[in-house]
Amino acid sequence: MTTPVLSIRNLSVEIPTRQGIVKPVDGVSYDVGKGEILGVVGESGAGKSMAGNAVIGLLNAPAHISGGEIWLNGRRIDPLKGEDMRRLRGKEIGMIFQDPLTSLNPLLTIGDQLTETMLTHLPISRKEARERAIAALEEVGIPGAAERIDSYPHEFSGGMRQRVVIALALCAEPSLVIADEPTTALDVSVQAQIISLLKRLCHERGTAVMLITHDMGVIAEAADRVAVMYAGRLAELGTVRDVLTVPQHPYTHGLMASTPLASQGRKRLHQIPGAMPRLHHMPDGCAFHPRCPHARDKCRAAPLPPVANERAACWFPMLPEEVQ
Amino acid sequence: MSAYVTVRGLTRVFDVSKPWLNRVLEGRKKAFLTAVSDVDFEIEERTTYALVGESGSGKSTIGKMLVGLLNPSEGNVEVEGVNLMTEADADRIAASRSNIQMIFQDPYASLNPRWRVRDIIVEPVAAQGGKTEGLAEKLLEQVGLHASDAGKFPHEFSGGQRQRICIARSLASEPRLIVCDEPTSALDVSVQAQVLNLMSDLKDEFGLTYLLITHDLTVVRHMADRIGVLYLGRLVEEADPETLFNTPKHPYTQMLLSAAPRMDAFGREVPPPQGEIPDPIDPPSGCAFHPRCPIATDVCRKDRPAMRALAASKVACHLAE
Repeated sequence: MTTPVLSIRNLSVEIPTRQGIVKPVDGVSYDVGKGEILGVVGESGAGKSMAGNAVIGLLNAPAHISGGEIWLNGRRIDPLKGEDMRRLRGKEIGMIFQDPLTSLNPLLTIGDQLTETMLTHLPISRKEARERAIAALEEVGIPGAAERIDSYPHEFSGGMRQRVVIALALCAEPSLVIADEPTTALDVSVQAQIISLLKRLCHERGTAVMLITHDMGVIAEAADRVAVMYAGRLAELGTVRDVLTVPQHPYTHGLMASTPLASQGRKRLHQIPGAMPRLHHMPDGCAFHPRCPHARDKCRAAPLPPVANERAACWFPMLPEEVQ
Repeated sequence: MSAYVTVRGLTRVFDVSKPWLNRVLEGRKKAFLTAVSDVDFEIEERTTYALVGESGSGKSTIGKMLVGLLNPSEGNVEVEGVNLMTEADADRIAASRSNIQMIFQDPYASLNPRWRVRDIIVEPVAAQGGKTEGLAEKLLEQVGLHASDAGKFPHEFSGGQRQRICIARSLASEPRLIVCDEPTSALDVSVQAQVLNLMSDLKDEFGLTYLLITHDLTVVRHMADRIGVLYLGRLVEEADPETLFNTPKHPYTQMLLSAAPRMDAFGREVPPPQGEIPDPIDPPSGCAFHPRCPIATDVCRKDRPAMRALAASKVACHLAE
C-alpha cells in the first residue's frame, strides 16, 4: 500500500466562544490517495469546509486545530506556520472555491495571476511561465487562450471564470487540490462541464482531490470515495457505490431518501425529523441520536465507535435489507 | 377545470444602455435586454405550474410580472378572468391582486430583522385593514412551528424555519395563487424535503395554485403538474412531468436532463453539454439555442421556431419529432 497524498488523523478544530468551546470538527480521519477524488458531503454546519480550511491552514482565528495530525506526502503539515505554510499553499495544495469571481483578482489579467503563481513556486523564467499559462488555459478548455490570456476576470462568463480558477489551482502542479463547492454557483449545463473537466485533469495528472459539496448527485458522478459528515463528525466513509447504494448510517440513508430524484414521479419525500444540533448543545453519545429512527440507549450514552475499521460511525449500522 | 391564470404574449424589455454622456462620447447605441419574450401559458386551478430554466432564462422576471412587482412591456396577464393590464376598474384589480402572494428564494433577506414574527405574518392582512387577532399563532402551527414563536425575531430561526415563516406570511391573506421563486434553493437537502412536503400539504388543505420557479429539475419532478422550460426568455417546451422526463422533445430539455447530476450515475461518462447561455443583449438569430444544438441546420439559424403541439407536448423546435 502506497502512502496516501493526504492523511488526516483524528483532526479536531476548536473555537472558543463566550458560551464555551465549540468543536466544528471533532475527531475526523480520512485519506486521499493519488489520482483519487474523495467527496466530502454534508449539510451546512457539518464542518466539511472547516476541515478543508484546516488542511490548507486557512482557519480564521480564534478557530484553531486542537488535536490530531495532518500528513501531506508523508510530511506532517499541521504544525507549519507563516512562511512555511504559504510556500506549501499553491505549490503542494491547490484550491478551488465556490465563487469564481471573488477568488480572482479583478485588477490583474488572468495571465498575470497565472504567471505570478508559477513564478512564486516554480524555478522558471517569465517567458516560460507565460507559455505554460497559455497551455494551462488551453487544457481547461478556454477557446483562443493565446488572446484571452490578457483579459480581465470580468470579461469571462461564470463557467469560464471557474475554468480559469481550475487552471490557477493546477498550474503549479500540486499533489492535492481542495475544491470547496466548485459548481454550486453555476448552472446545470456548466456544472456538468466543470465536473467532467476536474475529473479528467485529476485522473490524467494523478492529483488527489478533496471535493467538498452538499450535492449527492455531484458526489455520485465525480467521486471515487465519499466521507459523509454530520455535526463535525464523520458519519460514514466508503466507496461511492457502497455508501450510496447500501448506506449503513441512518443519517446517510435519510439524506439520500430526502433528495428528490428525477427518475421518480410525484411522491412524498422522506423527512428527517428535527434539525442538526447547535454546536453549543451537542447531545451526548451519537450526535444523530435525537433524529435517528433506530436510536437505542447505547446511542444516547456511549461515545461513538471509531469509523476507522467499520464503514459507519454507528452502533447499529443499517443492514442492506433495511435500505429499500 | 378552467384556467386560473392565463398569460398571453408576455414580454419584458430592460433598457441597459450606458448613461447618455457615455453614449455620446463613445458613440454607442442604446442597448436593450429582452428578458422575457412572447411567453404564453395557462395555469389550471389547484395545480402547480413549474417554470424551469438556467440563470438568465427570465423565469424570475415572469414571476415578478405576475405578482405586479414589474410591469410587462407587452402582453397580458389574466387572473380569474380579470385582465390585470387592461382592466379599468381599480377595485377589481385590487381584489385579484390580493389573491396572489409570493415566496422568495432567500429567507434571510425577505424577513424584516426588526419586526417580530407575529407582525411579519399578519402584515398582508393588516395592510388591508383586516382582523389579525390570533392569526399569526394559528398560521405558525399550520406551517409546523409553535404558536409561542410569534413573539420572536427572525434571527432566532434557522433557514428552514424562516422559510416556514415566509410561507405562513404568504398564507395570511388567504390567497389562491402563490408564486414561489426558488423556494428551496437556499436550503439543505433534508430541510428542502420538509419544506416541499409542507408546500404539498398546504396546497391540498387550502386549495392553492402554485407557480413554481426553479432551476432544479428534481424538485420540479416532485411538485409540478405541468412544466414550462425556458431558454433565453422564451418557452421552448411545455408538457406534463411524465412526458417531459420520459420523452423530452426539445434538444435543450434533453441536454438539461442529461447534464443534471444523478445519484445513481456512478462514474458516468457522458460528453458534457457544449457552450454557455448566449448574451441576451445580442441573442443569436433564429432559434436562440442553435449555437449549442447538436442537430441544428440552416433553417434553425434563420427562422425562429414557433410553439407547436407534438404528441402530448408543446415544443418550439423545427426538427423535434
